[in-house]
Amino acid sequence: MKSDKADVWQGTLAVMVLKTLETMGPLHGYGIARRIEQTSGDLLSVNYGTLYPALLKLEQEGYIASEWGVSDNNRKAKFYKLTRAGRRQLEKEAREWDQATAILARFLAPGEQRS
Amino acid sequence: MRRIRAWLVRFAGIFGKDRCGREFAAEIESHLQLHIEDNLRAGMSPEEARRTALLKLGGIEQTKESYRDRKGQPMIETMLQDLRFGFRMLRRSPGFCLLAILCLTLGIGANAAVFGWIEGILFRPYPAVAHQEQLLAVSGTDRESGRTAISWPDLVDLQKSCTLIDSFIVSKIMGTTLSLGDRAERITGSIVSANYFDAIGVHPILGRGFEPDEDSGRNAHPVTVISYQLWQGRFKGDPQIIGKTQRLNGVLHTIVGVTPEGFYGTFVGWAMQFWVPVSMVEVFQGSAYKLEDRGARWIEGFARLKPGVTLAQAQEEISAAAKRLETAYPATNRGRGIKLWPLWQTPFNNAGTLLPTLEIMLAVVIFVLLIACANVGNLLLVRSFGRRHELTVRLAIGAGRGRLLKQLLTEGLILSALGAAGGLVVAYWCRHALVLLFPARGGVSMHLPGEIDWRVLALSAAVCLIATLLIGLVPAIQAGKIDLAGALKADSGGSVGGHGKSRVRSGLVLIQVSLSFVLLVGAGLLLQSLQRIRTTSPGFSTREVLETSVLLVSAGYDVQRAQSFQDELMDRVKALPGVESAVFARMTPLSYGYYSSSQIAVDGYQPPPEEQPTVEYNEVGPGYFATLGIPLVSGREFTRADDEKAALVAIVNETMAAKYWRGRNPIGERVQVKGRWMQVVGVAKDSKYQSMRELPKQFFYVPRRQNFSVGADLYIRTRLSPETMAATLAREVHAMDPDVALYEVITLQEQVDRSTSPQMVAVTLVGVLGGLALLLAAIGLYGVMSYAVSQGTRELGLRMALGAGASNLMRLVMSRGLVLTAGGVLLGAAVSLGLTRLLGNLLYQVSPRDPLAFAAAFAVMTLASTGACFLPAWRAAKVDPMTALRHE
Repeated sequence: MKSDKADVWQGTLAVMVLKTLETMGPLHGYGIARRIEQTSGDLLSVNYGTLYPALLKLEQEGYIASEWGVSDNNRKAKFYKLTRAGRRQLEKEAREWDQATAILARFLAPGEQRS
Repeated sequence: MRRIRAWLVRFAGIFGKDRCGREFAAEIESHLQLHIEDNLRAGMSPEEARRTALLKLGGIEQTKESYRDRKGQPMIETMLQDLRFGFRMLRRSPGFCLLAILCLTLGIGANAAVFGWIEGILFRPYPAVAHQEQLLAVSGTDRESGRTAISWPDLVDLQKSCTLIDSFIVSKIMGTTLSLGDRAERITGSIVSANYFDAIGVHPILGRGFEPDEDSGRNAHPVTVISYQLWQGRFKGDPQIIGKTQRLNGVLHTIVGVTPEGFYGTFVGWAMQFWVPVSMVEVFQGSAYKLEDRGARWIEGFARLKPGVTLAQAQEEISAAAKRLETAYPATNRGRGIKLWPLWQTPFNNAGTLLPTLEIMLAVVIFVLLIACANVGNLLLVRSFGRRHELTVRLAIGAGRGRLLKQLLTEGLILSALGAAGGLVVAYWCRHALVLLFPARGGVSMHLPGEIDWRVLALSAAVCLIATLLIGLVPAIQAGKIDLAGALKADSGGSVGGHGKSRVRSGLVLIQVSLSFVLLVGAGLLLQSLQRIRTTSPGFSTREVLETSVLLVSAGYDVQRAQSFQDELMDRVKALPGVESAVFARMTPLSYGYYSSSQIAVDGYQPPPEEQPTVEYNEVGPGYFATLGIPLVSGREFTRADDEKAALVAIVNETMAAKYWRGRNPIGERVQVKGRWMQVVGVAKDSKYQSMRELPKQFFYVPRRQNFSVGADLYIRTRLSPETMAATLAREVHAMDPDVALYEVITLQEQVDRSTSPQMVAVTLVGVLGGLALLLAAIGLYGVMSYAVSQGTRELGLRMALGAGASNLMRLVMSRGLVLTAGGVLLGAAVSLGLTRLLGNLLYQVSPRDPLAFAAAFAVMTLASTGACFLPAWRAAKVDPMTALRHE
């Protein structure tokens, strides 16, 4: 049960991570978590811890790369950045997502429901 | 693609985990610091900032764990972990471990050995021969017997008319005496068709195989291909061997080729040393040129199917072809067909002889494996009591039951894998062991190699996995039943909760006892039928009659010289002190060779339209019946007067007399054999001709003098030992012609024993494995009883304190063990009643439900289990009530 929820979250989480890295450029784990939270308007409130396995998975798949660096306030942190494969994957996922939502939107359109 | 990449990265992640763990800890740490600083900036107190950051992150340990799982391959890692842990557990109890592995080695080893024999003898019997799965054995059929040999003209016609069969090959075993330097020895060879080496895909390493025209012309091609062993051994690896000549059966043969190492010809049971083309058949078969005679059936051979053709399709085509031959040549082919056999059923070599034995062996070793597994399962179960505490604690701190199961199965796998490795070593040692059970003949030992190839390895691996499941599952199921709260409360030991387990253990012992009972019954039945078969009278004297062969064919004698040689030798032998009588005859009873058979016609007997009476016969010298001790029912024996110039005569056996003369006395009646009328002068009692197991069959005898052929066996009635007679005979023969060799001298009893050696092999193997099974079952019973005693010490102490005597306690324990045995025996008896029928044709005059065999098995089983229970019972009787009660 627990893992089901995590999978759903991770599926969308991956796209969010990729998008975040595309907009923000290289960023550390904490930054990514904060950014996702802010962008989602605090609607998504999940433990930050679940982000790290997702980051690892993306890295293993070669969509992102990591490197130790120094943060704005001089903290040592691990920075993640989008790879070329990651960029392509993001485009693909975004396209699929658009399609899926478009289809769903048509189903749920009020006019159609009434007829 | 991405998945594979990720999988590989994760696989690599299994290693170097520590460094990664540290790195991740650092990353989490920096994450927390960043968060805390943000919180501080937002105005929180340091404590609150830290607390919120930690809260937001979620459990650090959980995060780390899911990160770790993602980093590596949890499946493989837990497996490695289980393996490491399993090895540690097993190393902690080396005694248990050794016993378990030994049991499994025996169980799996017996299986692998039998698989190896079946592969090497039945399924892929001919090393170096290409595509053996396309090879089929070919034989003829007639109305009377299941199979006959085939004639050359028939084979040539079949080759022309069968489109589904790539090629027919002749491979007929024969032997000769090879005299090289000062050593003469028997060697085995094959008469083969010229296409032989091409058809089986064996290419000589030196010289050539045979050429197509070497199939024809009477004795026109004295060429031979020799084996690698013969080349290396007798010809000392002479590199100039090709083109040299060697005398074989008196004819100079040119050596044209040497076969590759590891090729032993195509006859299960004997390794071939040389090959000659069919055109030389007269030289090696000793009678006539048979290539133009459709009635002369002498060929054993094989057919190679075209790819994709099934046996049924080929059989259909070949039957149709045989039908056409029947119509075209009614004189020789009426009522005859051709039959194809898969290699493992080949009727004319030892595959057919060993098939029933190996089938039984397969069943027996599966039994032994089951017994071994039950034993190891029992041992594991005992250990799992000792580990109940450990397992309970692991469950309590959150290990999944699935994980525990995996751990227990892994331990089972370690045991059975080690057992399988040991078993394969055993099988490898045993691969030539079958030969040891067969007596050597004429100084040549048999060739029955087991084959440990990848198929055998794969099958053994499968057996190993099944064993793992069998032995791992019992304790695993038990572990699955652990009741957490109960187990933790009732500290350790005691008989609480042990009840269910003891029932499982008793069940396992029950199975062991019943399986070994079945094996004991089987061994008893086989032993009894061996006894019967060896004590049944074959219809001729087995004591005081010696048998040998004077190898005139090998020495190149023609009919004239052979006749005068045999006459002179006969005079010399009869003059020897201690010799009562002696005689030559064409064929030896119960030997491998075929008797000649002939169509007959009888005065006053009108055969039904479809019947063509054909009867086997032997050509025997004067005094044959007296020498072999075959009683004559009426009429007279052949005498010296029954020669070429005298009237043709014959002696028939009782069965034949009853069939054609129906109660009338056949003496003085006429019978036609091969177109010649003969007068019946005697009726002999039935005896065994081809096998001890045959039913009474029609048979007749004709005088050698009136039907002479060079090859003949010599029988001598004497009280002298075979060894003494061999020396004397060798001297006599040498004095007459130093080039003539003598075959080994044996008693007719030895001949009978050799013909029943498959039964002997079956008895030996089933006996050995039955004994092994009994031992395993006894160990199992002993284990269960001594465990019961050690667990029930308190109960025993109490009983004793309440006044039970030592003998009462002993009886208590003994009776518990014997009840188990009785249950096992009952179950085993029921199973045996169903299974022993499978022994079928290995049994001789013994009912599969023979009460004696069952009684004997019962007695042995009871004895063994009494022995196994005695020690625990004795220990129970020695229990000191004070210590026992204080014990807990």
